[in-house]
Amino acid sequence: MRPDLTIIAALLGRGERVLDLGCGDGELLEHLIVERGCAGHGVERSTEGFHACVARGVPVTQAEIEDELPELGGEAFDWAVLSSVLPATRRPARVLRDMARVAPRRIVSLPNLAHWPHRLALAARGTMPATPSWHESPNLHPASLRDFEALVAESGQRVARRVLLDAANRPAPRPVRARPNLWAAGAVYVLEG
Amino acid sequence: MCHALTGDAHAAGHHGDPDRPGWWDNLIGPGRPLDTDRYFVVSANVLGGCRGTTGPGSADPSTGRPYGLRFPLLSVIDLVEVHRALIRHLGITRLLGAIGGSLGGMQVLQWAMDHPGELAGALTVAASARLSAQNIAFSAVAREAIMRDPDFAGGDYYAAEHSRPDRGLMLARMIAHITYLSEASMREKFGRRIQDAAEPRYGFDVDFEVESYLEHQGRSFLKRFDANTYLYLTRVMDYYDPFGGDPAILAAKLARVDARFLVLSFDSDWRFSTGHARDIVRTLSAARVPVTFREIASSHGHDSFLLPVPEYHRTVAGFLDRLAADADAP
Repeated sequence: MRPDLTIIAALLGRGERVLDLGCGDGELLEHLIVERGCAGHGVERSTEGFHACVARGVPVTQAEIEDELPELGGEAFDWAVLSSVLPATRRPARVLRDMARVAPRRIVSLPNLAHWPHRLALAARGTMPATPSWHESPNLHPASLRDFEALVAESGQRVARRVLLDAANRPAPRPVRARPNLWAAGAVYVLEG
Repeated sequence: MCHALTGDAHAAGHHGDPDRPGWWDNLIGPGRPLDTDRYFVVSANVLGGCRGTTGPGSADPSTGRPYGLRFPLLSVIDLVEVHRALIRHLGITRLLGAIGGSLGGMQVLQWAMDHPGELAGALTVAASARLSAQNIAFSAVAREAIMRDPDFAGGDYYAAEHSRPDRGLMLARMIAHITYLSEASMREKFGRRIQDAAEPRYGFDVDFEVESYLEHQGRSFLKRFDANTYLYLTRVMDYYDPFGGDPAILAAKLARVDARFLVLSFDSDWRFSTGHARDIVRTLSAARVPVTFREIASSHGHDSFLLPVPEYHRTVAGFLDRLAADADAP
């Protein structure tokens, strides 16, 4: 499993009800359902991702996250997961609010725009950090960890836990904690409230 | 599989004439989503129908004459019960899945809700858990057309010397058929073309192609359908409301549902629009029933469930594959 998904899986308990927004091929949910006895549901916009979920036996709705979230009733889930997708949403603030309505606890992971290689690229070469290129990137709203944490606070939620990631999406070594917005490549957040 | 309002047991294959295949022939057969090399497919007529299973045209044993309107009103529960009796008769205790479109999907939903342990999968296509006022209105007009036909005779029109309420039944079919198509598919199929002529004839007889088509649909329907069955089965749909009633009882019932659901809708279906499918998905999901849901793009309206729409068939095939893999696993 992708290292960041392993981190997310470790944050969840057994037998919980998990909504995975932008679940891709359903790898995380399959793990949670099979290994952890969770009840999972995915939302995925791509047709190939949808079929991959069906093949894994993962319940899934094919839809855009932002179209689907308002359709979901409150208190149906213990957790909502948004893994590496927030910068690609049209209205990140609304997505965070809707997630809070749907699940009492949320996990959001995102890459850090202010990670030092990106700063270097922008300062030295004057180019945007984006893969494959600034105009092909699905990210409409790239953010630094500081930007994201400010948005969380603005929306009346709080960070219950934060796992900083290195460039390989593994837990970053301890010194990174000193200046996470500079040294961490990304982070996984547990949000409450 | 469970058939829709005007379907019957002849879902696939043909009886000698390859041009007259079953109504779901594109879905069922070797290499098709309901792959008959891998699955046994059971298809039966519904209770209240006119193609085999007992219905209002059957003889009432107490009088020897056809029931007509003395046949009891039915519910989807009754339709399912008769299918279950057949399944038991065949010695089957558990099905890999039940699949149905429209009224067929309603039976599947009811089955999965009422009888945990009997279905591994429940596949509903272009179905609804509760007809809208608009749906009921269309049914009401269709029934009026039948019941106001002078030949209807209170439903007792079966005697050989009696005329049948053909005009009413034909009109009912024409009205319903409009709701099965989308505006786009009608435009594509007929446009404003004139039947058998380049110039309009300017009169009240059939002139546009779409009029000719509807008349043909209505007329050919008479050969295979019974007006009383139309009344009974449309009423079955009107009253269907498996999520209605006491919320506590519903919650207890849904907590026991163990089938995995696939719910499909079509974006151009305005008879049972995606909103109907979403109601099913929302209620089941809230009760922690695993549901996979997808709105399929197709311009053919409600009729899409009868057509070989590739993404629709691929989704059904994939879902069944997984059910079969899990059923085979130790």
